[in-house]
Order: sequence, then structure tokens, then C-alpha cells
Amino acid sequence: MHDDLNWAIGGEAGDGIASTGKIFAQALSRAGRHVFTSKDFASRIRGGYTAYKVRTSVDQVQSVVDRLDILIALTERTVDENLDELHENSVVIYDGDRTEFSDFEAPGEVTGLDVPLKDLAEDAGGAIMRNIVALGAVCAVADFPIENLDESLEKRFGGKGESIVENNKQAARLGAEYVEENYDDEGPRYSLETTDEDYVLLNGDEAIGMGAIAAGCRFYAGYPITPATDVMEYLTGRIEQFGGHVVQAEDELAAINMALGAARAGARSMTATSGPGIDLMAETFGLVATSETPLVVANVMRSGPSTGMPTKQEQGDLNMMLKGGHGEIPRFVVAPTSVAECFHKTVEAFNLAEKYQLPVYLTADLSMAVTERTYPPEEFDMDEVEIDRGKLVDEDDISTWQNEKDQFKPHAVTADGISPRAVPGTEGGVHMSTGLEHDELGRRTEDTDVRVEQVDKRYQKVDTAREREDFDYREFGDSDADNLVISWGSNEGTLVEALGYLDEDDPDVRVVSVPYIFPRPDLTEEVEAADQVVVVEANATGQFADVIEHDVLERVDRINKYDGVDFKADELAGEITETLA
Amino acid sequence: MSSENVRFTDFKSDKQPTWCPGCGDFGTMNGMMKGLAETGNSPDDTFVVAGIGCSGKIGTYMRSYALHGVHGRALPVGTGAKLANPDLEVMVAGGDGDGYSIGAGHFVHAVRRNVDITYVVMDNRIYGLTKGQASPTSRPDFETSTSPDGPKQPPVNPLALAMAAGGSFIAQSFSSDALRHQEIVQEAIEHDGFSLVNTFSPCVTFNDVDTYDYFRDSLVDLSEDDDYDRHDYDQAKDAILDADKEYMGVLYQDEDSTPYHEAHGVTENMSEIPDGAPDGATDLVREFY
Repeated sequence: MHDDLNWAIGGEAGDGIASTGKIFAQALSRAGRHVFTSKDFASRIRGGYTAYKVRTSVDQVQSVVDRLDILIALTERTVDENLDELHENSVVIYDGDRTEFSDFEAPGEVTGLDVPLKDLAEDAGGAIMRNIVALGAVCAVADFPIENLDESLEKRFGGKGESIVENNKQAARLGAEYVEENYDDEGPRYSLETTDEDYVLLNGDEAIGMGAIAAGCRFYAGYPITPATDVMEYLTGRIEQFGGHVVQAEDELAAINMALGAARAGARSMTATSGPGIDLMAETFGLVATSETPLVVANVMRSGPSTGMPTKQEQGDLNMMLKGGHGEIPRFVVAPTSVAECFHKTVEAFNLAEKYQLPVYLTADLSMAVTERTYPPEEFDMDEVEIDRGKLVDEDDISTWQNEKDQFKPHAVTADGISPRAVPGTEGGVHMSTGLEHDELGRRTEDTDVRVEQVDKRYQKVDTAREREDFDYREFGDSDADNLVISWGSNEGTLVEALGYLDEDDPDVRVVSVPYIFPRPDLTEEVEAADQVVVVEANATGQFADVIEHDVLERVDRINKYDGVDFKADELAGEITETLA
Repeated sequence: MSSENVRFTDFKSDKQPTWCPGCGDFGTMNGMMKGLAETGNSPDDTFVVAGIGCSGKIGTYMRSYALHGVHGRALPVGTGAKLANPDLEVMVAGGDGDGYSIGAGHFVHAVRRNVDITYVVMDNRIYGLTKGQASPTSRPDFETSTSPDGPKQPPVNPLALAMAAGGSFIAQSFSSDALRHQEIVQEAIEHDGFSLVNTFSPCVTFNDVDTYDYFRDSLVDLSEDDDYDRHDYDQAKDAILDADKEYMGVLYQDEDSTPYHEAHGVTENMSEIPDGAPDGATDLVREFY
């Protein structure tokens, strides 16, 4: 469990922190080690501090921990920022020529290795390679064969020509040799075992993008926003190879409406955004639901409200996704619980959207979206991908869904609530759809019976989905435990690792991780069987906890009226009497 | 449906319009239906998008695939539909409020993008459906319930906005001049790129200034001016910015502009996909090694 190594590189924004971190993460992955990365932005001090952290082990790693074993500190502040995580066996690599560690009062016996990163980089061909020299030094400290860096250097610099690649390889070797020659009396402090496993390394946003292509998504419209932009950047240049297209819209309003237009035209279509964009999209989201259009809207959550903390983690949009928007519409909310699940649940979201002809929120949170994680490639088996387009009809069966005047019924009332869907170009399927309440033909109506029929039909789809789909939870820990811990989103991996920290004397815990927020598994039995129930989520008010409590509580009867006509006193008296009887 | 046999009445639904008797929108819609039929389109392959307002009702009265969307966002919907299936004839309809107020941002970017769609704006210089408030094209002294002394601001000049955004087809028509309106709509449909047809479509109930008589008397038909060259940018600019006269006809056309689908290589109907992951998807996984 604790046979892991925690590494970081930190410096100023613009120091190439992320790309250096990625090179090291890839090298570890190629060497058959599992990797979990995280990005650290300024926290205690304002300014441009940034760090990239890598946790690695031969076993799966799925969380960060509060411990740092090797740190490349390009600035003094990097040490300050990480003092709490350094320990007596930590090694800090720094360049004494660039950084004065005059007040570097290392805790315990932290070892500082002064390596002339810039000078050695210049020897290899240019000062720009000083981070690569540092990576070489890390290889020496961690007893990690330097050759393992080569492949990721080729991947990173291959496009810039062979000499650049060779210079970087040389820079890494100079860093390693310097440590070996000048600090050889102490030998390597760590040992990074390699294996024959082949892993892929990707983050949640990339997994969503890859899942979208796998699912046949061919149209994406979006507006750049942290931390969802990676989805758009991933798709750009790739989706075209599969006959698709990405549009950078003028705003989120345009983005969702373009995606809606593409979906009306029959394409599997999506947009991705974060909280502020979700707010802007809310009105059209209602139109998507009312017009019964299949659409996937990815919400990569960040800290809110308003502009909030755009580069920080939060799971604060659950209420918005479940309830946001005026009026009442069925919408599904699917929340993958890991990077790999971002892929699988994206594929599923597209199928759900088309099977039930409604909008699906696919929600990841920041830490999962920007976290790179290793998996065996089989985890993303494209042969396993199944496409279900639901009740999409063609010319041959269109007559089944026409009225006596040969008019197509896009909102036909059916037992399962799902209507046939004809896309433009389908002969005989001509119809309109509208955000106004409408009849089966898609035409405006204020008829009270038709209104109620259409509302009920739209909600029937939710009941149908509950019957047909397997909206299950994922379970970890002791299934017979007295205590139940419930989680959603990216907390799953951290909770699973946290279980490993619990001792025999600690309470026993059953962890339930819920990827389906709506429709969701019924947890009533699990909750009632537990002595104590705790819901873990990255927000202030416990939005999912409210949902769980709502599900378990059955105290309130309801009288509802939604035909557009006022309650009437005598009618209401009758209904109250009937309900209370 | 074979487009050869299509008549304009095929684009007419069996729903009777609830527009006020005499509304300019009747003529605007007729010209759109005739233009679609004359250019060889069929209802099965036509997608009409409308926003909110009196103009928004058009999808109900026409017969084609249609979406009646939210206020001001019809152009993005049309853009998405056209890119997803370039075989469709996409026509977007809206009013001056929908297109030049709440949707003004999309208008400018739709013009820039130059996607091959036709945008017909039923410009009546008033908010009709909400019973008579100033619109972005209302005159500065036009008195309404929300502007008792007039809006006191210059009206938006949609043609100038389109020109500033690099528009490749900028036209103006009058719903009451049925033949010219239809001809202009037809030319707009045939233009390979984004086409704006600003159609004066008088509101007989709430606008007693910009009336049929006003437009009939004041509009200058450029097709009758042999010296006017629609391909001449400077001439078009002068006409569009002319403070004294209003023109009808195709004010500007750049037949050499590059439409979006050409610039971006978007030519496939995206609605058809395989039963599983597309061929080559496994290469995406390999990229992550």
C-alpha cells in the first residue's frame, strides 16, 4: 500500500512544470509503473507558483497523499509551499546557481542536492533543458534507469527534430551523472522497480473526449472554460478523422444551441463546459428536454459560485444539474467516479440520451478531469463499445408513426414514454418540434389534457429507464460493515485508498460509490441497515447528502396540478380529503 | 421525395396562421415557401429554425422539418444542423428582436462563420407579440409603452453589422412586394455561404410609422438601377450606410467568399454511425502509451 513514491516539480508558471511532469509520468508508465498525477496551483501565497505531482507504485494508485519523497525545486518558494509534505528521507533537487536556499531550514534530515541544472543544460545544448537535467538527477536518486526517459523524450520532442531529442537525452544523462559523481557516497535513496506491464496514461477530460468518439459523437460545439477545455482540445484534430467536427462557439449559449441543432439533424452531439457555462445553458437545456432531443452536456465542475476558484476542485453543481432551470423536465445526471469511468460513462451517456431522447449531464470534477492516471490499455476496449440509438426510425417504418393525415408524430404517447424519432432527410418524417407545450405532432397546445399527457409521457421515460437500465452503485470495503460511507464523483479512488489507512480499532466501513445521480440506485435498504451513514462530497452543504435523505424520507404526500389551470377551492378540498383518507 | 414535383404549397402546413390579418409575415413566409420550392428543395430535406416572437411561429405554418427554439438562438441551431448534415437546406427565420437584440451576438458570428444557411429576418421595427415595445430597429422618436418619448437611440443597421462582420450575401426585401421578395430569397438560398435577407414585414397592429405605405413609397429597388453593382464593396457600403434612403434588393454579394464547409472540410452527413466504436478508435488508446 505504502510502497509508493511521491515526486513533484515546482516553480513559476512558465517554467515548463506541467510538460516536465508529464514526461516523467509517461516514463514511469512506460516502465510498467502505475502513476497518479495532480496539478498544484498557488495556494498559500498569491502569484505564479505551480507544481506537478506524481505518485507512482507498481500497484494501482488512485489518490494523492500528503507526503513528498523527491522534489525538484526550481524556486525557493517551491520548498516553502511543500514543507509540510517533506520528511526526513525527502530529497530536494535544486540549482544553487539560480536559487539561494539561504533560509532553507530543512525539516529533520531532508537532503538538498545542489545540481547545476542550467550549466549542465547548456553543456547539452541549451539552458532550456534544465528541467530535463533535473529529471536525470531524479533517475539517479531513485535508481530509475535513465533509458526509461528516452521514449517519453522522443514523444515530447520528436516533432522538433532528432537533434533536439538527442540533446534532451544527453541533458538527462548529465544530470544523472552529476548526482552519481558528486553524491555517490550516499547512493540512491529510492528504488523505482520497473515491470513488463504496458500502461496508458490519460486524464478525465481526455477520457471523455475519447469516449465521445468511441460512442460515435461527430459534432462538438464548445466555448473554452477551465477545466473543461481539455475535452475540446482533445477532440480538435481527432474527431475530424472520424468524420466529425468541432466548432468553437461565440459563447455557451451558442455552443449548446449548435449542439442541439446537430442533434436535431441526427448527429450524436455534445458540448462540455463548467459551472458558469452550465448556468448559461440552462434555458436551452429545457428546450432540449421538451423537444425530446438526445444531447450530452458534460459539466466538468470547478469551485463556484460565480467565478469562484476556477482552478480548484469542487462538487458544487449537483443541485443545478438535478433541478436547475425553470419548469420541470426529466434529465439524466451521470457522474463517472474515475478517469476510466469517464470513458465508459461517456459512451453510456450517449446511449442513454438517444434511448430516452433527453439531455444527459455527464459530470466530472476538476481533480478527475486534470488528473492523469495509468490503466492497462484493455480498460478501453473499443470492441466492447455498443451503440444503441433507441427508437430512431427510417422510411420503412415511418408509416407506423403517422396519423390518418400521414403526419409524423415525434411526441407520440406510448406506454414506455418513448416516441419515434425521425431526423431531417427521412421521407415522411416531416415534423416540427418546439419549446412550447405541444401535442403528439409537435404543435403548440394549451389543451389541459394534452399538456398533462405530454408531461406524464416525458416523465414516463424516467420510469422506463429505471426498469430497463442497471443504475447500480460500486462497492468497496466491508459489505457487512455497520457503517456506510457514500460518495460520488472522483472521491471514490481516495476513499478506496483511505480504507487502507483504517486500523482494526477503527470503525468498519462499507463504501458505496454512486455514478448515477439521476436516475439513481435506491439506497433505502443500505441506509436503513447501517448504524451510521456518512456522505463524502467536495462541497459546503452536502448536496448529495440531501438527495440521499430525500430518498429515505417518506413523510409527505403530494397534491400536484400541472395542466396550467389554477387550483380551485372546492376541487382542492376534495383532493385534500381524498389524500388524507 | 423527388424535388422535381415539389410545389410551394407542399411547404404549407394545415395549420392556419394566428398572425393578425394583414401582418407582413404572411407575405414573408409565402416568399420563403416559394423560394424553397423554386430552388428544388423538398420539405423532407429542409430544416427551418425559428426563435421567439411573431416570427417564431413560422415553423408551425410551414411544412418541413423544423425547430422552434428559445429566444435569440435560432442561428446557432441552424449552424449546428447544417454542419451535421450539409445535405439539408437550412433556413433560419426570426424577427428584429430575436436577431438584432437578444440574438445580436450570434448574428455577428454567424455572418463571420459563413455557414451556408439562409437567414430571413422579419423586420417590423416593433415587438409585436408582447404588444408593442421598441425594438432595436425602432426609430429614435418612436413612442411605445416602454419608450413614451421614443427610445432616443439610433436603430441598429443590420446590413451594416453584416458588412462589418464580413458578410458575403446582404439583402433587403419587402414582404408586400411578393415577386421581388421571392426572387431575393431564392438568390439567398442559392448563395454558397451565409445569406442575410432583412425583410420589412409591417406590423399592422402596433406600428403606425413603418407601414406598408411607408415602405412602398420609400424603398428604392436596386434591381432597377443599372449602375448598381452588388459585387462592388464600396458602392454597397455607401448604400448600406445611406442615412436618407432605404434600399431593396441584393446590396452586396461576394461570390468568391469561402463558405465554412469548404474552409473546414465539413461535407459528410454525420447522422449515420456504425453499431460500435468507429474503425480506428483503438488508435486513440495507443496514443496514450
